[in-house]
Amino acid sequence: MYSIVVDELVKRYNGTKALDCVSFKVRKGCIFALLGPNGAGKTTLTNILTTLIEPDSGYAEVAGISVKEKIKVRERIGVVFQEPALDTRLTARENLEFHAMLYGVSKKEREKRIEKALELVGLKEWQDVLVEKFSGGMKRKLEMARVFVHTPEVLFLDEPTLGLDIQTRRKIWNYIKMLRSKGITIFMTTHYIEEAENLCDMVAIIDRGKIVKIGTVDGLRRELGEDTVYIELFEPCRLEVIEKFEEVMEVNIGEDGKTIQIIASKGDELIPKLLSSLSRSGIKVKAVSVKTPGLEDVFMKLTGRKFDGV
Amino acid sequence: MESKLLLSIYVLWLREMKRLIRSKSRFVSSLAMPLMFLIFLGSGFKGVQFQGVTSYIDFLTPGIAGMAVIFSSTFAGLSVLWDREFGFLKEIAVAPVSNVAVICGRIAGSATTSVFQAMAILILSVPLGFSPATTGIVASLPFIVLMAITFTGMGLFFAALIRDFHGFGLVINFVIFPLFFLSGAVFPISNLPSVVLPVAYLNPLFYGVDGLRAVLLKNSVLPAWFDLVASLIFSVVTVIVGAKAFDRL
Ligand SMILES: Nc1ncnc2c1ncn2[C@@H]1O[C@H](COP(=O)(O)OP(=O)(O)OP(=O)(O)O)[C@@H](O)[C@H]1O
Ligand SMILES: [Mg+2]
Repeated sequence: MYSIVVDELVKRYNGTKALDCVSFKVRKGCIFALLGPNGAGKTTLTNILTTLIEPDSGYAEVAGISVKEKIKVRERIGVVFQEPALDTRLTARENLEFHAMLYGVSKKEREKRIEKALELVGLKEWQDVLVEKFSGGMKRKLEMARVFVHTPEVLFLDEPTLGLDIQTRRKIWNYIKMLRSKGITIFMTTHYIEEAENLCDMVAIIDRGKIVKIGTVDGLRRELGEDTVYIELFEPCRLEVIEKFEEVMEVNIGEDGKTIQIIASKGDELIPKLLSSLSRSGIKVKAVSVKTPGLEDVFMKLTGRKFDGV
Repeated sequence: MESKLLLSIYVLWLREMKRLIRSKSRFVSSLAMPLMFLIFLGSGFKGVQFQGVTSYIDFLTPGIAGMAVIFSSTFAGLSVLWDREFGFLKEIAVAPVSNVAVICGRIAGSATTSVFQAMAILILSVPLGFSPATTGIVASLPFIVLMAITFTGMGLFFAALIRDFHGFGLVINFVIFPLFFLSGAVFPISNLPSVVLPVAYLNPLFYGVDGLRAVLLKNSVLPAWFDLVASLIFSVVTVIVGAKAFDRL
């Protein structure tokens, strides 16, 4: 069961392709992240899926409905845009009321949900304050509260934590997880790698309008395959002790012979074997660490460029 | 379906009303200019007779009511630019409501504001010597509403044309003021040079103001029904044009 299906989507702006034959599917109940640097086409894709703009060619459906049926799709989605989309001359509560009414939430239900949503995002005391007095983080929280008020089937978040401090970001992440636990499918864009790593079930890496890779965070890491293991010893050791394991691909020993960098296929499995082998040889180990590749490394390997988004 | 459309229009109208109530000071200050025209022109041209109306303030007041309407409803149409600037247009754009509902809601809000503005002018001009036909106040409502619809549509059209606030002054100075002066609001259009007369006859405000005079003073260039039909046609045309323009925003 898929909540989002995108097939060979193309969107051009003055001849250049903002989206170049993009295809993917998102399972129901997943958090899906579109990760890419500035100008990759994330907002363009979000705008197509939320019926704001039409693609030049290709097919897209959301919650089982073609994006051509705009009103039907809109009834089933929630959107938090990259830029705030609040009425700054209304209060927080009035914004939520307006939203609930637009989405046809009944009066009785409305009161209850608004109350709960305000409490959830911690804006209860601010409910009667005009939104023009809100900080960026408060506005973002209020926009998340709006999502809780109308509970969509599919939620679109365009850079939900852009420019927020770390505490607020964590909170937003928690809300997103909470929404997933309610069975809501979440499509988000981000150019924060750790956001995609922390939050998402599936990641698609987009660059210059093309999806360059798609998969689970772990899957993408595993595909890249190479861990780096760092070992620090109290005394130098012979190379054979380390090189005999099949996981080891490359060994670099520091000038003092005591700091060793090992490129290995499965660093986490190599470490216990290596440690027992070293202790059998009577070599004392001072410190061990392993670095598994992140999405950053995946991006660099795929595009040959550093991810400049962060 | 029908009821859903009406509900959406109501919600969007309600928002405009909340904003209106919130900015009472803005409502009052936007009355300031028409009131100044009323007071200064009214006293300055005291004794001037047009179209056989013996008191100038009687002649002037319907014109100034029309002025209040053209300004407030054009602003309302142009205010989509603010909504776009503050991102709020997107909230509405992804909501499950049709563009028809969005435009009707905006027009409904704008028409309500315009009715309040015009009524305030009509009432405040009574102490200045305005003496309307009593039934005229109620009969003036359709003209006020139709003018409001027309100029909200025009405001939407110009919003799409100028695309940002910089063009705002241009619209006011080169569209709204000329339309106001060529509408017969402060003097009869028959006093205008004959070259601009055809322009005056294409001016929706002319029919609105003439209609107001017909019902308030029982004195007008054209029969009331003709003004009403003309106003209706203008409102339909400008709403269609304005709605087309809104789609492009
Ligand atoms: N309305 C437009 N007119 C012309 N070009 C556009 C328009 N919108 C987007 N583009 C171009 O399309 C490309 C993709 O833009 P998009 O906004 O989708 O990127 P993004 O991934 O959301 O970037 P960011 O991380 O900066 O938000 C960019 O090269 C941009 O310049
Ligand atoms: Mg973007």
